[in-house]
Amino acid sequence: MTAVNPVAVLKGIFHPPPTPGVLGVFAHLDATVDAIGRLKAGGYRDCTVYSPIPRHELEDALAQPVSPVRMFTLIGGIAGCAIGAWLTLYMSYDWPIVVGGKPVGSVPPYVVIMFEMTILFGALTTILGILFNAVFAARRLGTIAWDPRFTNDKFGIFVPCEPGAAAAVEQLLRAGGAEEVRRA
Amino acid sequence: MAQPPGRVTYDFVTRTIARTLGNPGKGYFFLLGAAVTLLAIGIICLLYLLRYGLGLAGYSHPVYWAVFITCFVFWVGIAHSGTLISAILFLFRSGWRTAIYRTAEAMTVFAVMTAGLFPLIHIGRQWYFYWTLPYPNERGLWPNFKSPLIWDEFAIGTYFTVSTVFLIMGLIPDIAAVRDLATGWRKKLYQLTALGWRGTNEEWRHFTRGYLYLAALAAPLVLSVHSVVSWDFAMAIVPGWHATIFAPYFVAGAIYSGCAMVITLLVPIRKLFHLEELISVHHFENLAKLCLLTGSIVGYAYLCEYFVAWFGGNPHERAAFWYRAFGSFWWATWTMIICNAFLPQLLWVKKIRTNITALFVMSIFVNVGMWFERFVIIVVSLAGEPFERWSNANYNATWADWGIMAGSFGWFFMWFLLFAKNFPTVSISEVKEVLAPPRRGAGGRAA
Repeated sequence: MTAVNPVAVLKGIFHPPPTPGVLGVFAHLDATVDAIGRLKAGGYRDCTVYSPIPRHELEDALAQPVSPVRMFTLIGGIAGCAIGAWLTLYMSYDWPIVVGGKPVGSVPPYVVIMFEMTILFGALTTILGILFNAVFAARRLGTIAWDPRFTNDKFGIFVPCEPGAAAAVEQLLRAGGAEEVRRA
Repeated sequence: MAQPPGRVTYDFVTRTIARTLGNPGKGYFFLLGAAVTLLAIGIICLLYLLRYGLGLAGYSHPVYWAVFITCFVFWVGIAHSGTLISAILFLFRSGWRTAIYRTAEAMTVFAVMTAGLFPLIHIGRQWYFYWTLPYPNERGLWPNFKSPLIWDEFAIGTYFTVSTVFLIMGLIPDIAAVRDLATGWRKKLYQLTALGWRGTNEEWRHFTRGYLYLAALAAPLVLSVHSVVSWDFAMAIVPGWHATIFAPYFVAGAIYSGCAMVITLLVPIRKLFHLEELISVHHFENLAKLCLLTGSIVGYAYLCEYFVAWFGGNPHERAAFWYRAFGSFWWATWTMIICNAFLPQLLWVKKIRTNITALFVMSIFVNVGMWFERFVIIVVSLAGEPFERWSNANYNATWADWGIMAGSFGWFFMWFLLFAKNFPTVSISEVKEVLAPPRRGAGGRAA
């Protein structure tokens, strides 16, 4: 068995190998939506869209499925509730002691703990869901071209393609209204 | 909602908010200095308390829950409007929340951090704080989950964790935006804390969905936390505590005090960081309306308490409420009633609601009133306990109580001011969301 270098593994996750392609920079939202339509019609469906804010127009143009984060929330919430129930009932019966003349395992007061644990675990697994899904998506895309203006006021589209197809993609992006196009 | 001025573009928003991270001027450092001084006073008092014990505080039979627990409930209450504004108003799609929710959310986190200190100070032997954690003691005995104090620990712990991750999550796209404008050590800090955010469609897809679920989880949480805090009292049989209206009464009071504190914080932040164009009178007016609504609920709850004490016919309950209004702490009770129930009724007048100076002054009165509300509920109910009135001693808070309370204000404002200086106090991406996006036909407003 070969030894695994953890640093190399981490580097592989966060800095995947570069992906060749073309990056278009857009000043306007409708131009970006227009370009996405043109790219799709041209058969380029695997493009990455950068935007400073989330917009429904972009989501609709890309027609992405609903994020799987909701499953993380659901499973985390159910697990939290179950852990809350187990925690309170197990700890009550492990050393049975009557408090205030109530049954040893009194469910009504334990609902408070179960509720809080549902929220706690649901929230933490939601965060994990966002992080995992974002990291895996980034890893699938590889290291792709980006521009710091995308967090301010510009929109961007990166289209992964072989150098031979770059000219056609450039033309599609310009036709859509890109104010700047560059190869990466 | 009121439309922002035409020159407010995406780029303008980013640059205006990024500017708050620059040199904030003398006013900021004066406030920070004042906060650190208060904190230093608190630390000195706390060190004395640790050395000589709880006898330095004003505890006297039967008042063994006093200023520290009052401060605990006060700060937990302050924390509540943050999640109301950031989660509940998010679910209701209130556009006006975008400019102020970050301030409210940061306030929440720091207020819970402050609140959490008080039970630790109050327990006396602080080094045994871990006895409250769910692990068996040396005889194999577990904590008592039927106790509201254990519920409270779970509620506050969950609230702190969830509100912190909610704040951090919302910050990530904004930190990325300021990262791309920053230079020097700040750039390194933001590169690390933005977690590599680039704004791809995949990132937004998971982020927006996750944020929605976080808000949906935080909304019932905020209502539960102060209900649980109120049960610390309502589950006991002390007259003045043992009331079924406590949960909604406390939640309304908490949101009321929190909204007042948001006004108290926003007025100087807006001035110091020149955010007049992003945080307008419209935002303050909406906060004032929230104060008016919750303040009226609180006033109604006060009326209910007295009515039920009289109508219920229980002599102990009647005695407790007579003592509350006309006993030795009448001044605390009337401060609370005037500040919380009567003064906010002025907010029906639009001129007052839209006058920022008037709102700032009123928010201070509400803060004072809400502190006294907790003092009245906790200390005055105990001091006037009718079961053994013959043995009740007079309660007087001491310098240790006041010093540590002052320290808690210093601690809270210090964290808040440091946050405001180093991270975006207004959400960059959410403010942009309520602007019209740049379109070709609209003359390219973002260019």
